[in-house]
Amino acid sequence: MKSDRGDIELAGVCKSFDGVTNVVDGVNLRIADGAYCCFIGPSGCGKTTILRMIAGHEDPTAGEIVIGGQNVVGLAPVQRRTAMMFQSYALFPHLTVRENIAFALRVRGMSKADRLRAADAMIEKVRLTQFADRLPAQLSGGQQQRVALARAAITEPRVLLLDEPLSALDEQLRVQMRQELRRMQQDLGITFVHVTHTQLEAIALADLVVVMEQGRIKQAGAAREVYAHPHDRYVAEFMGGQNVLSGRVEKVNGVSFTLAQAAPSGIEVPLQARSTVSVGDKVDIAVRRDDVVLVRSGKELPPGCTNSLPSRVLAIEYQGYFVKVMLDTVPDDAFVAYVPEKTFFADPFTVGDVVMATWATGSALPLA
Amino acid sequence: MQPGPSSAPSLAQTTSRANLAGWLYVSPLVLVLVPFFVAPILVVLAASFFATDGFGGLTPGFTLASYVEVLHSALTLKLYLATIKFTVLTWVFTLIIGFFVAYFLVFHVRNQLLAIGLFLLCTVPFWTSNIIRMISWIPLLGKEGLINQALLGAGVIRQPLEVLLFSDLAVVIAHVHQLTIFMIVPIFNSMARIDKKLIEAAIDAGASRFDIMRLIVVPMSKSGIALGTIFVVSIVMGDFFVVKVMSGGGSASVVSAFYEDVGVLQYPTAAASAVLLTLVLVAIVSLILRTVDIRHEITR
Repeated sequence: MKSDRGDIELAGVCKSFDGVTNVVDGVNLRIADGAYCCFIGPSGCGKTTILRMIAGHEDPTAGEIVIGGQNVVGLAPVQRRTAMMFQSYALFPHLTVRENIAFALRVRGMSKADRLRAADAMIEKVRLTQFADRLPAQLSGGQQQRVALARAAITEPRVLLLDEPLSALDEQLRVQMRQELRRMQQDLGITFVHVTHTQLEAIALADLVVVMEQGRIKQAGAAREVYAHPHDRYVAEFMGGQNVLSGRVEKVNGVSFTLAQAAPSGIEVPLQARSTVSVGDKVDIAVRRDDVVLVRSGKELPPGCTNSLPSRVLAIEYQGYFVKVMLDTVPDDAFVAYVPEKTFFADPFTVGDVVMATWATGSALPLA
Repeated sequence: MQPGPSSAPSLAQTTSRANLAGWLYVSPLVLVLVPFFVAPILVVLAASFFATDGFGGLTPGFTLASYVEVLHSALTLKLYLATIKFTVLTWVFTLIIGFFVAYFLVFHVRNQLLAIGLFLLCTVPFWTSNIIRMISWIPLLGKEGLINQALLGAGVIRQPLEVLLFSDLAVVIAHVHQLTIFMIVPIFNSMARIDKKLIEAAIDAGASRFDIMRLIVVPMSKSGIALGTIFVVSIVMGDFFVVKVMSGGGSASVVSAFYEDVGVLQYPTAAASAVLLTLVLVAIVSLILRTVDIRHEITR
């Protein structure tokens, strides 16, 4: 209770519900005080379980959870000074907005006048003053979300845990509430841990994005780091925006290696400083979809592009500021090019066209 | 759409067909309610205004004599007080037991199958008749019953407790035994619909177990409590048999009085008492419904 710091450290945290399989399997992570951290992964990857363990609604089978320098395993949520915002909000249906928000103060024994004053201040902060006397059922989804946020924030927790806070909202509202969450986090200056399965949400909000698969952390880092430099095929495919190609290494020449692929001359990939590849290895590489340039066959490749993969256009989707062109470049994996709208419509392709897919050689990224 | 003489009758025809369909929908309920509910009530109501020749013969007419007699009798007040005493005591105990049994089943039994099993266990006493259930109290509560034997054996008492059987206590025990299930079922029902996330949210806010019960579970089980209360109150107030058997004839309820009246062929006074009791019950039930909007809570 002494520390006001909301930095979180997970050390070897495991959770098993049946004693056989670990839903969370040896998670190590450090979240800085005042950071916005997003856990992201498909359903069943253990992200919500981690959140619930940090919140104190679930005990880890093994490992330590340290908040502000204090091991909190076994402590009640109040003692941890965490607060949780539940998926679908879990507002008390029989209490008004004001009573919902004042609930935590009420059970802490604060006098009625004091707690209603504090609740009203919080209600103003989330701009719900005119709805203070309504029941949750009389509010829209976005308003309910703000009540839930206010209810969690009123105890001045050092960590706020959000379980898929935006999943119950429609698309437009989600984008709007996303900003509100970020603004709230900066206002309060506390650590937010947010669980989501939407990539866009994670990279738009988080200082620290944690990608999970089957109870393990696949990659944790800044949003841009995780999106632009995925460690492996899983993260690349999950975060999206990348084409993943795989093949065997044909040649290694100090600065780059060549991947045997559909391309007649193979694919040239720059060597990362840390990676060691030898001939015959099976390697995945990632090429950003917006790095892919499509050239009509027979035409000159742009400067810096040495690889060219002959492809047929399978489908075209107009996305507004870019056009999504799906190609049959590689036999098993999807290969997509995001072509800027203006470039595309200067010389539009149609389905069935044969094109050369290419990219600046230096931009391809070998994956672990 | 051409206005012609043919369109008017066809419109009337469709309306009458719709009416017919509507009547068909309600007919099963009407067929049950009219002969078994409306008709008897009307008969009793009519009888309460009739005069009697004192030998069971009724003279059709309109007289308030029976009501005057019932209302002027000191016995009426005494019986109402006795009945209300039984009702309140039974209500309090069934509510406490029913609430906690339902609470335990809903919030503490994790295994759904076990919860259903335990729930069925609550209904075991109902597999046998009411009379058997009451008789079975005698070997337990009687002068030489199990409880007295045990207490004597343990040296807690020297004389067997007489108050256990054939007393007001026994009446309340039998009522509670019979009616607790009527509390458990509706309260269980409304509790089962409380989202478990709400309990977690309350824990997260720092609520103690007692806070959760007081601030979340009780208010959200209101409709179940109200429904159970209606069942228990109306059954206890309408009972004379349990009172008669379990008190050994020492106590009586409102209904006992008109049972006696019927026995001595005083139909109009019996009918007037019945109408009066019905009015009292209607008043109580509507009071309960005013405090808890059951229909709103159930459709929520």
